[in-house]
Amino acid sequence: MKTYTYTEKKDTRSGFGAGLTELGRTNPNVVALCADLIGSLKMNQFIEENPERFFQIGIAEANMMSIAAGLTIGGKIPFTGTFANFSTGRVYDQIRQSIAYSDKNVKICASHAGLTLGEDGATHQILEDIGLMKMLPGMVVINTCDYNQTKAATIAIADYEGPVYLRFGRPAVPVFTPEDQVFEIGKAIQLQEGSDVTIVATGHLVWETLEAAKVLYEQGISADVINIHTIKPLDDKAIIASVKKTGCIVTAEEHNHLGGLGESVARTLALHHPTPQEFVATDDTFGESGTPAQLMEKYGLNSDSIVAKALKVIKRK
Amino acid sequence: MSNTNLQDLTTQVRRDILRMVHKVNSGHPGGSLGCTEFLVALYTTIMDRKEGFDMDGHNEDLFFLSNGHISPVFYSVLAHSGYFPVEELNTFRLLNSRLQGHPTTHEGLPGVRIASGSLGQGLSVALGAAQAKKLNNDSHLIYSLHGDGELQEGQNWEAIMYASAKNVDNIIATIDLNGKQIDGTTDDVLAMGSIKGKFEAFDWTVIEIENGNDLDAILDGMARAKSATGKGKPVCVLLKTMMGNGVDFMMHTHAWHGKAPNDEQLENALNQNPETLGDY
Repeated sequence: MKTYTYTEKKDTRSGFGAGLTELGRTNPNVVALCADLIGSLKMNQFIEENPERFFQIGIAEANMMSIAAGLTIGGKIPFTGTFANFSTGRVYDQIRQSIAYSDKNVKICASHAGLTLGEDGATHQILEDIGLMKMLPGMVVINTCDYNQTKAATIAIADYEGPVYLRFGRPAVPVFTPEDQVFEIGKAIQLQEGSDVTIVATGHLVWETLEAAKVLYEQGISADVINIHTIKPLDDKAIIASVKKTGCIVTAEEHNHLGGLGESVARTLALHHPTPQEFVATDDTFGESGTPAQLMEKYGLNSDSIVAKALKVIKRK
Repeated sequence: MSNTNLQDLTTQVRRDILRMVHKVNSGHPGGSLGCTEFLVALYTTIMDRKEGFDMDGHNEDLFFLSNGHISPVFYSVLAHSGYFPVEELNTFRLLNSRLQGHPTTHEGLPGVRIASGSLGQGLSVALGAAQAKKLNNDSHLIYSLHGDGELQEGQNWEAIMYASAKNVDNIIATIDLNGKQIDGTTDDVLAMGSIKGKFEAFDWTVIEIENGNDLDAILDGMARAKSATGKGKPVCVLLKTMMGNGVDFMMHTHAWHGKAPNDEQLENALNQNPETLGDY
């Protein structure tokens, strides 16, 4: 079993900020837009270095999304920044008509996704955004797991032509992916090789899954752990190959089970290789105020929950 | 183009609109007929356009149609401007056509740069394109067209506030003031008070065209609008039009906003607009 360690915790949104800063230095077509959340999105450095390529929109997300669509006409690559809730649900029709249906090269970058936003509560904790975005034809949907992966993904999506939804979060979480790992859209990353159960995870749940795999290992259970950073397009091959070894699967995400990664995996398996599956996800509910750790425990999104679901699904084989 | 030629083209576009919506028994003739002179003048005379079409539109003026339901007039004017064969108007709203009910880039129709139809988004898109022009040191202008009823969508006011705050002065946004929407007059549905006063309060330069169905008045008003650009403020044109213009029974009513004429009504309407350049 591979050992994963970390020396520091950092927020994934800072990875976005670092990636954007690098793009500012390397790609003159990249422009950034923000709806009054510069500090939260860590866009300060980009703005300091490229003031003419930054657009402060004010608290007007609908306007921001459509302006971003317009900026692509003229060859710009706009990166919009606000919370996940205001990046998706609030502006669904703007994204649908002006970005997705219009095939515009806009990168929708969404911080503070999921429960780990914490104390602000359910008004700000969106658990439906992956579903909203993956249903849009042509939209790429990415949920990164740590600082390094978020930085790499931010840089990678600038080279991809088409609309992308990039989802990341607020709290500091372990930095465990290699700094130099190349980000390939749609390519799953194998983290552990195992034969008893497959666990595929996205976003903050990837680290929790690695912790869960250690606990399972101590109980004599070997888990095949896969990081699915790209929910759409889904790496079907990696998932099917894994369940052919293990015969059962757990999906883990900081999102409603309706519309999330688990649902996409279930479709893939139903079509190609029917397999018992358990879901680590919220159960069709809103969140609430609390610390991130309290919320992840209460809503069943931590390593303990992953262990429990793994043991359960193994019995269903 | 001479004024006679513009008149002839205007009449032919009117015929196209009527025949397109009649054939598929759907579409929006009222607003299309009301904006015919404006779009003809825009594409033949006012805009500085390149030959051919590319999405980025560097070094040319660009137009965005926000009230996408008047697609018949947009398609006809685009076709007569050389973006695609006029015969393709025959496919309007048919299965597998590039001429969708509302304009879209999705089917690759030359001349269209954004999907529109869900109202209220076009001004924001136009502002983005205008700011891209500035970044590219391209001194060409962005033109856009919006319905007056469409101003009831809140996103417009985000965009209107933004444009003046950010000194987007390379845009001329035209409002089709026909005073009508699907359910009745704009005053009956949701009275908006003084649209001029509202734009001025948001620090836009406002140009009024009292007879928005008169080619000379449009050319004169748009020339004034053009000379108002580049002065730190966005420019709005209030174009007073007659919905259904050129077809007597479609005027002075909101009934033809989204309704196609039957065979008899089509014949009557076409007789009022005799063929000029030839039907497709």
